[in-house]
Amino acid sequence: MWASAAAAHRLSSCGSWALLLLLRRNLPRPGVKPVSPALAGRFLSTVPSENLILNDPDFQHENLNFLSRSQRYEVAVKKSAIMVQKMRKFGIADPAEIMWFKKLHLVNFVEPVGLNYSMFIPTLLNQGTTAQQEKWLHSSKGLEIIGTYAQTEMGHGTHLRGLETTATYDPETQEFILNSPTVTSIKWWPGGLGKTSNHAIVLAQLFTQGKCYGLHAFIVPIRELGTHKPLPGITVGDIGPKFGYDEMDNGYLKMDNYRIPRENMLMKHAQVKPDGTYVKPLNNKLTYGTMVFIRSFLVGESARSLSKACTIAVRYSAVRHQSEINPGEPEPQILDYQTQQYKLFPLLATAYAFQFVGAYMKETYLRINEDIGHGDLSELPELHALTAGLKAFTSWTTNTAIEACRMACGGHGYSHCSGLPNIYVTFTPTCTFEGENTVMMLQTARFLMKSYDQVHSGKLVCGMVSYLNDLPSQRIQPQQVAVWPTMVDINSPDSLTEAYKLRAARLVEIAAKNLQTEVIHRKSKEVAWNLTSIDLVRASEAHCHYVVVKLFTEKVLQIQEKSIQAVLRRLCLLYSLYGISQNAGDFLQGSIMTESQITQVNGRIKELLTAIRPDAVALVDAFDFQDVTLGSVLGRYDGNVYENLFEWAKKSPLNKTEVHESYKHLKSLQSKL
Amino acid sequence: MEGNPVHRVSAGDAWSSSMHPDIESERHSQSFNVEELTNILDGGAQNTALRRKVESIIHSEPELSLKDNYFMTQNERYEAAIKKKFHILMLAQRLGWSEGSSELQYASRSVSGDLGFAIHHIFQKTIRSLGSEEQIAKWDPLCSKFQILGTYAQTELGHGTYLQGLETEATYDAATQEFVVHSPTMTAIKWWPGDLGRSATHALVQAQLICSGARQGMHAFIVPIRSLDDHSPLPGITIGDIGPKMDFEHTDNGFLKLDHVRIPRENMLNRFAQVLPDGTYVKLGVPKSNYLSMVVVRVDILLGEVLPLLQKACTIAVRYAVIRRQSRLRPSDPEAKVLDYQTQQQKLFPPLAMAYAFHFVANNLLEFFHHSYSFILDGDFALLPELHALSAGLKAMLSDFCTQGVEQCRRACGGHGYSKLSGLPSLLTRVTASCTYEGENTVLYLQTARFLIKSYLNTQKSPGSASKGSLPQSVAYLTAPDLARCPAQTAADFLQPELYTTAWAHVAVRLIKDSVHHLQTLRQAGADEHDAWNQTTVIHVQATKAHLYYVTVKIFTEALEKLESQPAIHQVLKRLSDLYALHGILTNAGDFLHDGFLSGAQIDMARKAYLDLLPFIRKDAILLTDAFDFTDQCLNSALGCYDGHAYERLFQWAQKSPTNTEGNPAYEKYIRPLLQGRRARL
Repeated sequence: MWASAAAAHRLSSCGSWALLLLLRRNLPRPGVKPVSPALAGRFLSTVPSENLILNDPDFQHENLNFLSRSQRYEVAVKKSAIMVQKMRKFGIADPAEIMWFKKLHLVNFVEPVGLNYSMFIPTLLNQGTTAQQEKWLHSSKGLEIIGTYAQTEMGHGTHLRGLETTATYDPETQEFILNSPTVTSIKWWPGGLGKTSNHAIVLAQLFTQGKCYGLHAFIVPIRELGTHKPLPGITVGDIGPKFGYDEMDNGYLKMDNYRIPRENMLMKHAQVKPDGTYVKPLNNKLTYGTMVFIRSFLVGESARSLSKACTIAVRYSAVRHQSEINPGEPEPQILDYQTQQYKLFPLLATAYAFQFVGAYMKETYLRINEDIGHGDLSELPELHALTAGLKAFTSWTTNTAIEACRMACGGHGYSHCSGLPNIYVTFTPTCTFEGENTVMMLQTARFLMKSYDQVHSGKLVCGMVSYLNDLPSQRIQPQQVAVWPTMVDINSPDSLTEAYKLRAARLVEIAAKNLQTEVIHRKSKEVAWNLTSIDLVRASEAHCHYVVVKLFTEKVLQIQEKSIQAVLRRLCLLYSLYGISQNAGDFLQGSIMTESQITQVNGRIKELLTAIRPDAVALVDAFDFQDVTLGSVLGRYDGNVYENLFEWAKKSPLNKTEVHESYKHLKSLQSKL
Repeated sequence: MEGNPVHRVSAGDAWSSSMHPDIESERHSQSFNVEELTNILDGGAQNTALRRKVESIIHSEPELSLKDNYFMTQNERYEAAIKKKFHILMLAQRLGWSEGSSELQYASRSVSGDLGFAIHHIFQKTIRSLGSEEQIAKWDPLCSKFQILGTYAQTELGHGTYLQGLETEATYDAATQEFVVHSPTMTAIKWWPGDLGRSATHALVQAQLICSGARQGMHAFIVPIRSLDDHSPLPGITIGDIGPKMDFEHTDNGFLKLDHVRIPRENMLNRFAQVLPDGTYVKLGVPKSNYLSMVVVRVDILLGEVLPLLQKACTIAVRYAVIRRQSRLRPSDPEAKVLDYQTQQQKLFPPLAMAYAFHFVANNLLEFFHHSYSFILDGDFALLPELHALSAGLKAMLSDFCTQGVEQCRRACGGHGYSKLSGLPSLLTRVTASCTYEGENTVLYLQTARFLIKSYLNTQKSPGSASKGSLPQSVAYLTAPDLARCPAQTAADFLQPELYTTAWAHVAVRLIKDSVHHLQTLRQAGADEHDAWNQTTVIHVQATKAHLYYVTVKIFTEALEKLESQPAIHQVLKRLSDLYALHGILTNAGDFLHDGFLSGAQIDMARKAYLDLLPFIRKDAILLTDAFDFTDQCLNSALGCYDGHAYERLFQWAQKSPTNTEGNPAYEKYIRPLLQGRRARL
């Protein structure tokens, strides 16, 4: 019965299958692409198919929600170990194949040995010399050594220059002496460090010949091969329970005058000669690359997490019935309530927007990376600014949105059966790691201020900030600003993009002018910057919002298939109009729109909610998450929520006996009072 | 009263004898007397003294320590909570703390409510409000002596806030004078009640009453569910725990399936409705009276559960923000305290202002509740609609804002806010539950909206006549004279409580009018009443939120008027009140600009006034969180201790984690074979 209710909602004006194909074409989809045609023949003959892997008995385990933290860690290590053994068995060595194989196995899984592949090996490749790669790469790829990457310290995060760990060169023994001089300098947070890894790439301030040369990377053995015991001079352990990532042994590392050979400093760029002479790296900018890559990747992760949360909340809202709209009629699906639609559909539109932005970021990164390969660094500053801001913008939005999806599921959203708490706790660190979001927004703001100054001094800027060329203060008389409102057509995505552009331009200009005023009044530029930083963040947010609206609008126009274009156009309009409604003050104050237009916007939003309602389930089906990936009883594809919820609860460890052992306390209470 | 009261210091750790200089400097110059502010929050110096006395007793009992909470499994948390409850009851018996006494409330606060049987007390309170004198006489002593353990079973697997939708049935059988209580479907299984999964012996079951062949709506029935001898489920009862949740691991939220369970006629609570032996149904109250127990709980949880969670989060985040240093403000300076960054102030001070605003709001609501409750129990229901509307709306608003505030505080602590040892994840997972329990917030906003619409329509019925006098107090402003334009001319004008309270009133009235207008337009265009309602719910919610913001601003400013005799404290709290009102105006600027009530220039003035407040609040920030006077044991945060030694504690606490103190079985089982497997091949 439930199944049919859910299925009925898949019969909608647009086929979710077609949408799914569209998304597949645009998105990095694990398990679909990476097999190169040339390899496919061999690959398919030796490696089991996708379904065989998902059903492989070696990878089955108890529902993680019912396990303690230590047990969850153990399951994770076991899975990684079996996976590596299988890869050895099948002879999988190509990075694309490894990615494919891993993604299939791990689904949403956090992998304690993951940092070995995602950070240790890439850093070795980027910063190690050929000799160093020869020495370490083979053994780390085969997990003979398990490496991690230790940067963040207990007292220092995003501000890299503040790191305190020191590496002092001793020319007599040709060794570096690594030291954690204070409690705040203890390395803190690196994944896989606590229990799993036996090597770490450590970032430390390099001292040689009495001088500090800033941060450099060192390969540090931390545990003895064979016994896995911490080496003398090393204090290492797990940082304790966290909000999420129960399977991961995020760790701490304290080094007490710990010596490593000179060859363990990664020396592809900078070098320390045996006598202690420091040789400078040729180009500093290249290290940008990894950061930009990870941040642009995180935009896609925002999209993915939000899409999951929307899938669960929308499907459950189609199955859940509550109250009555018309007395006497059966309780309606909660998705028929305007308030529920208003909670979820703007988020669904956001998920689609971020999917397209994520794809765009990936393409742009690859394109610019190619330019960099040819020595053209001209687009790097804008890309850097854009990825920083969009990482912050999309992760903040997604963080709030996942929580909103969870709450839209009412009480059951609070149970781990919904899968939503887990999506949230796994996603929320994105707001602080790889660059704390406020700091990221201020980096984008720095670029915007630079661009503004450039325009102000008569030079044109290009790329996403080119709207600054058209600032009213540059071209048009202020009075003419009043002409703008008539231009906004609330049914045209292009016209709405223009409105967002004007808002961004205005807020950038306000921030720039306030900054100038503060600079005049304050002694230091830095103090002025701090006293304008709330305005600067606002400007960056408006800029990023414009970029997202613009990219979404452009993407919709490129879609050929009419029925899909129609449904996505509605989402795109909803995304743009909802943002205007939520930030009406900016649009009114800037005279970009009139009061009556805002009223129309609010009315139009409600029409769109009704128009999107029939397609809502199809729109989340198009994200094509397998049930096992969603990990949610509420978000099941077949909609059989309640029966499975009951079955799930019965498996809870607390239900293993009918009378719980703690009954003794109750008994004694009753006898003593 | 400056200094470091002994009870604040964590017992037996190495750092608490000294102060971190970065936090000590914050307490050097005090623009107001922290102790006096604490007394105000406690409702008098004698209460502060009593609270501290209870806290020192509680903290000297090792059985009541919260230290290991973060390392425990769900099973262990449950057992510990029962053990603690048991221990506190023994203490209460020994020290003569009576049921419902301040001492017991303070005791609960000092262990962060981490106690079993919370719902047992709701069970007992509900019997007191919905039961007849006879029923109270029979059941109340059994509850007080814990001879029975109760739970309150309302929510079902498929049904929540909408009471009429509940499916559980209680059918009267006149032949045996019994009710047959039954769960007819899968979705009718009672789901979520606390204390149900493993503890309770009796449940207060909300069920559809069927008698004389008619459905009479929801009523409450006392149903025995577990044997008083061996605790096993009684015949016809299927019962268990609903499995792991985000938090509330100490509570055994449970499920309950009833298969034609028979209970005597006397087990229906009958203060407001009765079934006579022959099955005749007699109504004694208004339809709303059944909801009374929900009103009681909503009022209780604001002060008892929701608000302290935000106050703790603010304390932890603000203290950590003066210890944490990051980057430099000037190239020549040492790294700056993160609290000196404007963006950090923007994150932390609005929640801090709310933590104070809501203190006065929740106390105000409590007073109103006491005032009206006695009338209601005597059968005078005149104040019930307003009480219901206010408690529903304020529960929704405060739980929403407290949840956002706690999360904001957590994220303002960067990576360490993600560690459970910071205390912040647990505060968040606990406060966020309050957005859906005891009434899902959107549903509650809409209940308040119905009251607002009714009140507004009343003002339209007989304009200018005596109707004004009859408007309930919280909506009296609907007929107050209103300005079309805000008179502010400078940023300083926005620091006048009169001005911003009026501004909020203006916006609330406009939005309420607007939402009624929309509703009526749809009706006149031929829409069915219920569809018209559904099509306007988004604006009703928006209007209700504005109304509630107005109510809270007004309560806060009025509470401050009473503090004018303490100018230093008045000044520091007034800044918070200003910040609270202006923060709301700026985040909803569109609503104020919409009809030209504020001009763009005035919004800029308001923003300037807002930004200028930040550095003033910055000076007092630590003292303002000190004034909440949470003990370190109660905060249970490595980041937020009074002495500021965050890093040392974080390191020490992490080392105590079982992942460090117990061996690593995964190494022997998997990592070692993995490493050696390769070597064998090489």
